[in-house]
Amino acid sequence: MSTFSALLRNYELNAAYDEMVQPDGTVREHYYPLAEYLQKLPPEEMRLRKQASDLSFLHQGITFTVYGRDEGIEKIFPHDLLPRIVQRAEWQQLERGLAQRIVALNLFLKDIYHEGKILKDKVVPREMIYTCKHFRRQMMHLDIRRDVYITVVGTDLIRGADGRYMVLEDNLRVPSGASYMLTSRQVMKRIFPDLFQACGVLPVDHYPQALLSTLRALAPDGRPDPTIVLLTPGVYNSAYFEHTYLARQMGIELVEGRDLVVHDNIVYMRTTEGLNRVDVIYRRIDDDFIDPLAFRPDSALGVVGLFNAYRDGNVTLANALGNGIADDKAVYAYVPRIIRYYLGEDPILDNVDTYICSEEGSRQYVVENLDKLVVKAVGESGGYGMLIGPHSTREQQEEFRRKILEDPRNYIAQPTIQLSQAPCYIDGNVEARHIDLRPYVLYDGSKVTVVPGGLTRVALRKGSLVVNSSQGGGSKDTWVLHD
Amino acid sequence: MLSRVADSLYWMARYLERAEHTARIVGVQLNLILDQTKITPEDRWKRILDSLGIETNDLPAVDTGSLTRTLLYDPDFPSSIVSSMQNARENCRQVRNQISSEMWEQLNRLYHLVRRHAADRRKSIPLEFLMSVDEGVHLFHGITDSTMSHNEAWQFIRIGRFLERATNTATLLDVHFRYPQEHLEWIALLRSCTAFEAYCRAHTADIRPDWAAEFMLLDDKFPHSVRFSVDRVATALSALTGPGELDERTRRLVGRLQASLQYIQIDEVMAEGIHRKLQEIQKQCDDIHVAVQRTYIDYTIEEALSA
Repeated sequence: MSTFSALLRNYELNAAYDEMVQPDGTVREHYYPLAEYLQKLPPEEMRLRKQASDLSFLHQGITFTVYGRDEGIEKIFPHDLLPRIVQRAEWQQLERGLAQRIVALNLFLKDIYHEGKILKDKVVPREMIYTCKHFRRQMMHLDIRRDVYITVVGTDLIRGADGRYMVLEDNLRVPSGASYMLTSRQVMKRIFPDLFQACGVLPVDHYPQALLSTLRALAPDGRPDPTIVLLTPGVYNSAYFEHTYLARQMGIELVEGRDLVVHDNIVYMRTTEGLNRVDVIYRRIDDDFIDPLAFRPDSALGVVGLFNAYRDGNVTLANALGNGIADDKAVYAYVPRIIRYYLGEDPILDNVDTYICSEEGSRQYVVENLDKLVVKAVGESGGYGMLIGPHSTREQQEEFRRKILEDPRNYIAQPTIQLSQAPCYIDGNVEARHIDLRPYVLYDGSKVTVVPGGLTRVALRKGSLVVNSSQGGGSKDTWVLHD
Repeated sequence: MLSRVADSLYWMARYLERAEHTARIVGVQLNLILDQTKITPEDRWKRILDSLGIETNDLPAVDTGSLTRTLLYDPDFPSSIVSSMQNARENCRQVRNQISSEMWEQLNRLYHLVRRHAADRRKSIPLEFLMSVDEGVHLFHGITDSTMSHNEAWQFIRIGRFLERATNTATLLDVHFRYPQEHLEWIALLRSCTAFEAYCRAHTADIRPDWAAEFMLLDDKFPHSVRFSVDRVATALSALTGPGELDERTRRLVGRLQASLQYIQIDEVMAEGIHRKLQEIQKQCDDIHVAVQRTYIDYTIEEALSA
C-alpha cells in the first residue's frame, strides 16, 4: 500500500482525533479511496475543481446572513472540497444513539408540560425548568398531535481525543443547515463523480421527501389531504436561503406571518383565489415571535391568534412550542439521567462533561478555572456569548467571572474539548482542520428517521475550534459509506 | 398563489414600467432641448414634469442640470429612475423563489448599473444612461416571457405592467393637448411612446393631431396605445380566479373601459373634448387598480369566506 507521503506533507497530527490518519501516520482504511484519488489528481486539476465548486455555490446563491455588521451582510457559505467519511457501522451506532435521545427528550417535554413526574421524582430540579427562559407556561396541559414535540432535530456531535462521539448540543427548536447538506451533496456529485463511485456513498437526497411525510403524519385529525406550509420570518433572516430551498424541494408554499390569518381558530393563508385552510406549519420562526397575542406583543413576524388555533388542535406546529427547555444548555447536563428515567436504558451517545454554574460546587470550580474551560451563556447559540478559556485574555476571563457570579443560572462550563480533525483543501494543500457533525433527525411519533449524512462544519482557521458559520466556519459534505 | 407574492410581482412590474417610461420621456425631451425651438427649457421641463405627474413645488430647482440629476439619479426623490428601480428590485427580492433566476439576475444587473450611474453621476452621460434603462427593462420583459411559466404569477406581472402603461400613455397624451402643439412636439410625443415609426407606417410622416391621438389611444396593435394596454390587462384578468363576486366586478370594470376604447370614434372624442375622455380613462385605470387590490390581495376575511 502506498504511503501517501507526498499528499500528507503539510498534514500535522496532534492530540486531537484525526478522521483520516492513525496516530502511527498510516491512513485509515475507509479513507483509502480519497487518499489515492488526491494522490493521483494533479494540483492544477484540484484547483479547477475548487473553482468550479465555489462558482456553483455563488450561482445558486447559497448564502447566510451575519448579524451585527453593517456591510457584506449576505455571505457565501465557505465550502471545503474534501468529504468527511464515516463508516457504516459507526453510523448505525450514531443512529441508534440519536433515536434514543430524541425519543427520551420528547417524553421529557411531554412530562414537563403535563404531570411533571420527573420533577416530582427529583431527577431534574424544578427550578431548573421554571427559570429557563424557554419554558412556555402556555404549553402546560396542552395535548398536541401524536404527542410529538420534536419533529426535526439537528444534533451537534463532536469526537473526543479517543474518537468517541459525544453530543455537544441538541437543537430542538428551529435547527437549520439541512439545505447545506443537500446542496453541498449536489455540488460534490458534479465535481467528483468518479470518487463517489469508488467510495459507495449512501444518498441524502430524500431528506425533503422524508420531512414532508413526517409533517403530513402530524396533520390534525380529519384532514386527509393536509395543506403544509413553511413559515419564514422573511428575506432578512439569516437562513432565508434554506427556507426557500426546502419549501421548493418539498413543493410547499413559503409563507410569512402576514400571509396567514386566523378566523374562528382556523388558520388560513391569503391567496389570489381566496383563503386556503392551513393544516401543518413547519415554522422557522422562534417561539417568542409566533403569535403577538400569546407571546411577544411587539412581534411583527407572527400571526395573531395562531396559538389559539394550535391549542384547539386545528393546526400543527412543527416543532412544537416550548421545546427550548429540553435543549437548554444547563438541562443538557441532565440528559443522560433523562434517558435512564424514561427509557430505563443507558445512553448510547455520551454527553460532554458539564459544570452547571447554578450548582454551588461547580460554580466555585468554574470561576477558579476559567483559563481551562469553555464557558457558554445558556440562552445563546451560534457561538455568541462564549468564552474559550485557553484562548482568552485576562480581561475577558474577569468579565465572565463577574457575569457568572451575577447570573449563575445563565452559564455552564465544559472542559475544552478537542474536536476531531479532518483533511481540508486549504490554499492548494491538504491540511488538517477541526470539525463537528450535525446530522438531521426526524420524528413523527412512531418512527425516527436519520438521513445518512449531515452537515460537517469546519473551523477553517488553523487551530481554531469555532465552527459556526457566523465566526469563520465553513462546511463540508459528509459521506456515510455503503460498505 | 399567495396574495403577497402577487402583490410584489404587480408592483415590481409597475415600477419597472414607470422607470422605462420616465427614461424615454426625459430622453426625448433632453434631445429637444438641444434644438433651438420656441419653447424655453423651463417650459419644456414643466411639460415633462406634468406628463410624469410630478408637482413642481416638490423640486429644489428648475434648471436642466439639477432636474436631470433629480429625476434620474436622486435616490431620495420618489419619482426618480433610481427610486423606481430600487422599488422594483426590492419587490422582486421578496419573491425571488417565484420567478426564474434569469429574471432575478437581469433585474439585479440593471439595478446595479443604475446604482453605479447614480453614485458617480458626474461621469454618467444622461442620454446613455436613459438608453440603457430602456434597454434593460425591455430585456427583462423578454427574459420574463421566455423563461417563466405563463402562470398566475406571470399574469400579475402583465397586469402591473400594462395598467401602468395605460395610465402613463393617457396622462402623456392629456398633458400634450394642454400645451402648444408644434410639429416637433408631435414627433416628441410619438417618440416618447416609441410610436413614431409605427405611426409613419400607418399614416406617413404627415402628423395630424386626431390621427396621432387615435393612434396612441385607440390603435389595437401598437403596444403602447391605451387600448392595446387595456386589452392586455383584460386578457390577464380573465386567466385568474379570485374569491367570490369581487372577481366578476373587477372584470366588469375592465370590460367597460375595453369596450369604450373599442367602439368609440376619434372624432367623437375630439368633439366631446379629448381632455375629458383622457381624465375619465385615468380615473378608470385607478379604479381598476383598486379593484385588483381588493379582489386578489387585501380582501376581507368575511368576503373570502362568504364566497
